[in-house]
Amino acid sequence: MQTYDLEANGLRGLNSALQELNGSSNKTAWEIVNPKGSHAIAVGLNSPVEVTVKGSTGYYCAGMNQQATVRVEGSVGPGVAENMMSGTVIVEGDASQYAGATGHGGLLVIKGNASSRCGISMKGIDIVVHGNIGHMCAFMGQAGNLVVLGDAGDALGDSCYEARFFVRGSVKSLGADCIEKEMRPEHIEILKDLLARAGADAKPEEFKRYGSARQLYNFDVDNAQAY
Amino acid sequence: MCGIVGLFLKDKTLEPKLGDMLTDMLITMTDRGPDSAGIAIYGSEADGRTKLTVQSDAPDAAFDGLDGALAEALSTDVSIRVIDTHAVLDVPAGKGEEARAALAELRPGMRVMSAGDTIEIYKEVGLPEKVAERFNVRGMSGTHGIGHTRMATESAVTTEGAHPFSTGSDQCLVHNGSLSNHNSLRRKLQRDGVRIESQNDTEVGAAYLTWKMQHGATLGEALEGTLEDLDGFFNFVVGTKDGFGVVRDPIACKPAVMAETDQYVAFGSEYRALVNLPGIEDARVWEPEPATVYFWNH
Repeated sequence: MQTYDLEANGLRGLNSALQELNGSSNKTAWEIVNPKGSHAIAVGLNSPVEVTVKGSTGYYCAGMNQQATVRVEGSVGPGVAENMMSGTVIVEGDASQYAGATGHGGLLVIKGNASSRCGISMKGIDIVVHGNIGHMCAFMGQAGNLVVLGDAGDALGDSCYEARFFVRGSVKSLGADCIEKEMRPEHIEILKDLLARAGADAKPEEFKRYGSARQLYNFDVDNAQAY
Repeated sequence: MCGIVGLFLKDKTLEPKLGDMLTDMLITMTDRGPDSAGIAIYGSEADGRTKLTVQSDAPDAAFDGLDGALAEALSTDVSIRVIDTHAVLDVPAGKGEEARAALAELRPGMRVMSAGDTIEIYKEVGLPEKVAERFNVRGMSGTHGIGHTRMATESAVTTEGAHPFSTGSDQCLVHNGSLSNHNSLRRKLQRDGVRIESQNDTEVGAAYLTWKMQHGATLGEALEGTLEDLDGFFNFVVGTKDGFGVVRDPIACKPAVMAETDQYVAFGSEYRALVNLPGIEDARVWEPEPATVYFWNH
């Protein structure tokens, strides 16, 4: 275990040390102390390194992650795990807006609440939020799964493509072209796996599934006047 | 971008440290707004007195003999405390409006930053650290205070474009965002006799709240009104003589974090601004909800 004091040694030193492992199969464990809300902690990683952040972070923690496991023992600012490709990011506290935005892969677990625009333009990432999510989540979501154990805010899945949304609690409102869909056995299987990997104590049968009605993203001649 | 910090103290023993804590918070937000900075401090109150904070680009000439000239114009006693480009004039309560009119005659180029029983506003162009140093904000005590670091968008980088804005007695407002209907709303408020002195969008937001409260709204009701009547992006943090309020627009794309303990309520554009507050590890920390009004009173 290597310990890095962010306040004493600075952000560039941290990210370059972690990025030096990129391309290796090095599974070393790192602990980052005194994050104090700093931005861009542990970004651009591409090795199976395990990073634990002992406190809360600012913008863009664990952005562009590949392979690495980043655990934040606190809350995170806007854009956690933005554009994640693979690996795992776990947030013990809450996440600010656009958590997991544009993520292509990997698993993002938020044990508290996520605020607005969680999973906006998601492209394959799996996101599990133990608490509630805010408004405009998964806007234009293209692929991947967004699982919410609590409630969802306004305009869930607005203008979405093929991303799947599973919500256990209430949904304040659905966005344009997002509808409730039948929960089939294959969805129960997907959900079971995600809940287990996210350490979430919930039964897949308690969730409802939402997704695209597929009316918006194909050209429809009846709407020609509107274009 | 812009950065906002705010601190509303519940624990009186922290009052002597208010300026010190706010200065640290303000400097942390420098990279959100390096153009200019400002601070509103709600300090001590003297019975039967009103304070006017004034600013001049030529302070030596403007403040020289000002107390005497104003005392003569008002036929009463006036004291003055000069701090760099600002000065705090102390006049008898009820003489605030009269003093303001007299000042416009006596020193036409001078600006009135704030008026009230306890409020003092200091703001200038420059890095937040330098601005705080010029006015020795660290040495100030008070019950609550609001600070702002500005990255200008809607109007020029000038002292009068810096925040906080005060458009009513002991009221102030800071803003992160941009309003899009400020021109039409400014005209409407001006027709109703509200004093608006700059072309800045935020001043219109402040004037709107003052106007609502003049028409009987509480601070909470006035803040609710912003959600209906203002168009654009905003995080507002507002102060009154004994209150502190926060509201975010329904889209809520401007960042905000709050923390509350038995000792204080704190606001920061980012969590970084709050990390050195006492007991922050055990504070309730949350992101204020969109289109939701929060306020606290002493």
